[in-house]
Amino acid sequence: MARIVAGVATSHVPAIAAALDLGKSGEPYWKRVFDGYQRSKEWLRKVDPDVIILVYNDHASAFSLEIIPTFALGCAAQFPIADEGWGPRPVPAVKGHPELAAHIAQSLILDEFDLTIVNRMDVDHGLTVPLSLMYGQPKEWPCPVIPLAVNVVQYPPPTGRRCYHLGRAIRKAVESFDQNLRVVVFGTGGMSHQLQGPRAGLINKAFDERFLDAIARDPAALTRISHVEYLREAGSEGIELVMWLVMRGALDDEVEEVHRFYHVPASNTALGHIILENRK
Amino acid sequence: MKPNEYDDIPGTTVFDAQRSRQGYHLNMFCMSLMKAENRAAFKANERAYLDRHPMTGEQKQAVLDRDWNRMISLGGNIYFLAKLFFTDGKSFQYVAAVMTGSSQEEYAQMMLNGGRPPEGNRYAAEWEKKPGRKRG
Repeated sequence: MARIVAGVATSHVPAIAAALDLGKSGEPYWKRVFDGYQRSKEWLRKVDPDVIILVYNDHASAFSLEIIPTFALGCAAQFPIADEGWGPRPVPAVKGHPELAAHIAQSLILDEFDLTIVNRMDVDHGLTVPLSLMYGQPKEWPCPVIPLAVNVVQYPPPTGRRCYHLGRAIRKAVESFDQNLRVVVFGTGGMSHQLQGPRAGLINKAFDERFLDAIARDPAALTRISHVEYLREAGSEGIELVMWLVMRGALDDEVEEVHRFYHVPASNTALGHIILENRK
Repeated sequence: MKPNEYDDIPGTTVFDAQRSRQGYHLNMFCMSLMKAENRAAFKANERAYLDRHPMTGEQKQAVLDRDWNRMISLGGNIYFLAKLFFTDGKSFQYVAAVMTGSSQEEYAQMMLNGGRPPEGNRYAAEWEKKPGRKRG
């Protein structure tokens, strides 16, 4: 039986990719960011998962306004790195796990999540920045990744409650897969930030810290945050935090907090990161 | 149309389905800049390139003026507009500074100081009380 052993939440700020790819990770501004992931890298090396399910959002790279799937599960064997306007990031292509992905897709749809199945998809910084933060700069990514793209670009994204329940259904799907695999789920995006309009630059540290506390100990409370509250309190792009709830829904009710990191600023964004482990 | 609950958040335009409909061709023009040959054609003659897209005159003018707040108000979405400012060699932080009416240095310093606080920035009414504040 496959099982989910842990969850990782992290922001996926594109400037982190630029800092890493252009060799600026040692500069004081960025060193503070990368230092926060030192323990995380060691942790992930020890956990050594067989598969990562990575919840993220596409930023007008694979999906334009032609097709806007709310939940899109990547079922391909390989996902090329997107050219976001200055050439693809110099990182390895992402290998999928088509067999597990197909099983999850089938299980989720029968569980009444009407998701979109994607067999061809370029993946952008939303997916590759979390991998870079957690694995550094390897020649190949150490394990297969199943991308789950969530629409947070066009309002409304799915509700936090829906995301949490999707996480539950993903867990059920993973646990009914007949191979002995250890799976880690990543929830990415956030924390508070706003990239547009005269209110750009909004950061809400108090909101973020409450969110980090609750994602560990009281996720049910987070499922009650309305979309308008996210927009008002965490900024127009802070609503990405609903994706953390997919990860959290896939874990046990009671989890062990392994590591936490919070830092302002990473470009325009409050960077947040937490690692949660199932106890058994 | 009925007002939305999020209309009273100051300095913030929520990219909802109506705005997406309004900005479809503007955003799809931006999307076309993902291809190097299109970037070259746009740079060679911006007006001619824009005329190949069924955008409104106002949208085209806002692009030519690089008036980011105006593009947002005409249905532009920041992740699509990013294709345009990347073509210009500009960053998210540069454009954020412009949209807030501050210099890039001032904006970067505000972020280093912890960002724009939520206090006084949650409701449009709070902004109306502040004289001299730039509005989008």
